[in-house]
Amino acid sequence: MAENNRAVIKLRERFSAEIVDVKEFRGEVTVTVKKENVVEICNYLKANLGYNLLTDVTAVDYLGKTPRFMVVYNMYSISAKDRLRLKAQVEESDAVIDSVSGVWSTANWLEREVFDLFGIKFAGHPDLRRILMTDDWVGYPLRKDYPLQGPDREPYKGRLS
Amino acid sequence: MGVDMPLGDNIITASLDGLVNWARKSSIWPMTFGLACCAIEMMATGASTHDLDRFGIIFRASPRQADCIIIAGTVTKKMLPVIKTVYEQMPEPKWVVAMGACACSGGVFDTYSVVQGIDEALPVDVYIPGCPPRPEALLYGLIKLQEKIGKERNSFGSTIGLGDRVLPAA
Repeated sequence: MAENNRAVIKLRERFSAEIVDVKEFRGEVTVTVKKENVVEICNYLKANLGYNLLTDVTAVDYLGKTPRFMVVYNMYSISAKDRLRLKAQVEESDAVIDSVSGVWSTANWLEREVFDLFGIKFAGHPDLRRILMTDDWVGYPLRKDYPLQGPDREPYKGRLS
Repeated sequence: MGVDMPLGDNIITASLDGLVNWARKSSIWPMTFGLACCAIEMMATGASTHDLDRFGIIFRASPRQADCIIIAGTVTKKMLPVIKTVYEQMPEPKWVVAMGACACSGGVFDTYSVVQGIDEALPVDVYIPGCPPRPEALLYGLIKLQEKIGKERNSFGSTIGLGDRVLPAA
């Protein structure tokens, strides 16, 4: 059960006001938090609970729901050999979240990827530029309201024959 | 035609054109340039089983030495300026082969980031379908390119600065 997870017990003690939701699915624990103190939470997870490897930072666009975005941090503890997924809620109107690149250096490029494809800004990031798309690209391709074939083309309407 | 071919169209110039065309089509030097999985098939075509060398096709690692570019794979919009630069660095005369579905039309990648066929940017001489095309298909395409080069006219005249090459009608 998720409640017996070592990280969840500690987070509930220290950041009970921040936690929105705790879920377990097929042995994977996901903790959803508010975005305001995400750096503090990540610092705690790394320093006190040993989550020393940030495997991925990504985001999900729940178009039509509030908050619209979730920034997802997947982390791994090499010593304890367990994983934790942390999700932070980000609203569309204020698509900014604090950067965790000061906690894990690898977050630098991962956050640039999220910025590039979702348009979520990371406050305090040392070098927030596009990383995959060209520098002059307009729009954020992985947002659900971005046209799949690009804004300059007719959308695919199925086979005509 | 007279403007394009100052040497005229007679037995001497036709023979000289044939000589130049024979030299060109027997020594197609493609640019070493792979973009995706098609490049693996391109390498397999160059390896001993299929052996491109027997056609005089030798991959060159510099665009200055190449006269053909095989667009082997998916062309992204980010990669397109690089391909254009490489193509512009190649000396004339030069030919373009679009290898595989992606280079011909964008293939399955009908998305915002992929160029929907390299013919949007470069003049393609031979299209090779397949995903990826087998080495036999690439060989067939290159033989077709050789046939096309063999039909060019005023090749000799354009080499000595008289007029332009007259490309065969498709």
